[in-house]
Amino acid sequence: MALHPPIRVIGLRKAFGAHVVLDDVSLEVRPGEAVALVGPNGAGKTTLLRILATLLRPSRGMARVAGYDCAREAERVRAHVGLLAHGAWVYEDLTPVENLRFWATLGGLPHGRDALSGALAAVELDRVADERVRTFSLGMKRRLALARVVLARPSVLLLDEPHAGLDQRAGKWLDAHLGGFKAAGGAILMTTHSFGRGLGVADRIAILAAGRLALDAPLGGLTPDDVRRLYEASVEDGV
Amino acid sequence: MTYARRSWIVLWKDLLSERRSKETLNALFFFALLLLFLFQFALGADRERLTAAMPGLLWLGFILSGLVGLGRAFLAERENDCWEGLLLAPGDKSAIYLGKVAGNLVLMLFVEAVLLVLFAVFFDVDLGAHPLRLTVVIGLGTLGFAAVGTLFAAMTAHVRAREVLFPVLLLPVQVPLLLGAVEATEAVLLGEPLGAVGHWLGLLAAADAIYLTVGILTFDAILEA
Repeated sequence: MALHPPIRVIGLRKAFGAHVVLDDVSLEVRPGEAVALVGPNGAGKTTLLRILATLLRPSRGMARVAGYDCAREAERVRAHVGLLAHGAWVYEDLTPVENLRFWATLGGLPHGRDALSGALAAVELDRVADERVRTFSLGMKRRLALARVVLARPSVLLLDEPHAGLDQRAGKWLDAHLGGFKAAGGAILMTTHSFGRGLGVADRIAILAAGRLALDAPLGGLTPDDVRRLYEASVEDGV
Repeated sequence: MTYARRSWIVLWKDLLSERRSKETLNALFFFALLLLFLFQFALGADRERLTAAMPGLLWLGFILSGLVGLGRAFLAERENDCWEGLLLAPGDKSAIYLGKVAGNLVLMLFVEAVLLVLFAVFFDVDLGAHPLRLTVVIGLGTLGFAAVGTLFAAMTAHVRAREVLFPVLLLPVQVPLLLGAVEATEAVLLGEPLGAVGHWLGLLAAADAIYLTVGILTFDAILEA
């Protein structure tokens, strides 16, 4: 499996009827690497994540995760992927512990009290473990979603605006967790609109504009202002 | 074992959520009361008409309240995009379907039990003369209703006009079930043994088996669609 990059996308195209959302997109994420996918609204960022998570099928081209084809080997891909989508996947009338128990049991993961408490402690929700999620703020639901991802221990993380709704403290925790995940060899592809915090853990930036990959470059010593200038130039060229 | 555990956790989640929110149960209870008032006004005090219409009224009450309950079966899955989580869960998705069917079945049977009591009180009729026979008939009828209703609820969960489409799709498919259930219920209320309605019970059991099998085989594709 080490021969296969965790994420490989070649010539990917996705169209909804006549509307082309992604066109000839090629991208690779290596083990221990985090790529930030940026672009204006409607550029195709979420669509790309959803194809890699096997929620959508590509119209053309290839998308592979851990060496498995996202369209033809969806079950195998799903075993490797942790997805943090826009929706938090939480049931409002259950407590955080019950939510985690539900998803862990459904996913065939350890669902003992210790494992669940550990995941909740990791996102600092252990103090409200037995309260109903209906009373939670957006940020708390987001952290609960992160706990679900932590529990699954995937090798590839697909994160759609992971910092959205998180306060400073939770954002720092997320960055630390993603840093640890990368250090352990995990691969991350995340969308972001934030050139500050969103790029904190990224090693590379990929800019999508009008469905095409306008730039794929290492972040290196670039400052947020450098990135903003690159972004604006790429988006203008892409449109 | 894992399959059964996955079905169980879906059932557990649905029943626990309902026990806490009581959203569906409250709606069904008041809907059932409303139906009974309507039936009472329509039939008046004529005992003969009432006796003749009772099996049909009972099942009309079960079906209409069931439609309300089943129409909400995937409401929680649409909230916070939990549907995506179910779709990405590894393993055979039919375990999720069976868990949802079981949850709906428990809920419907509970409402039907309440409806039976209310019918007996409102119309002053004895529905408890043959409780075991009545339970068999109602159980078989409700299982098929829950099986195909859960499937259609999943199919229409993301359709914009689902409130209209759901009963329009579901009711025609229910015809064999409704026919068998009403006929068997009538016979049981008249005191006939189950053996005398064996053919109707056979129809109900066959419909249950077909609906459950179709649900198990197609639920994965419906989730993915």
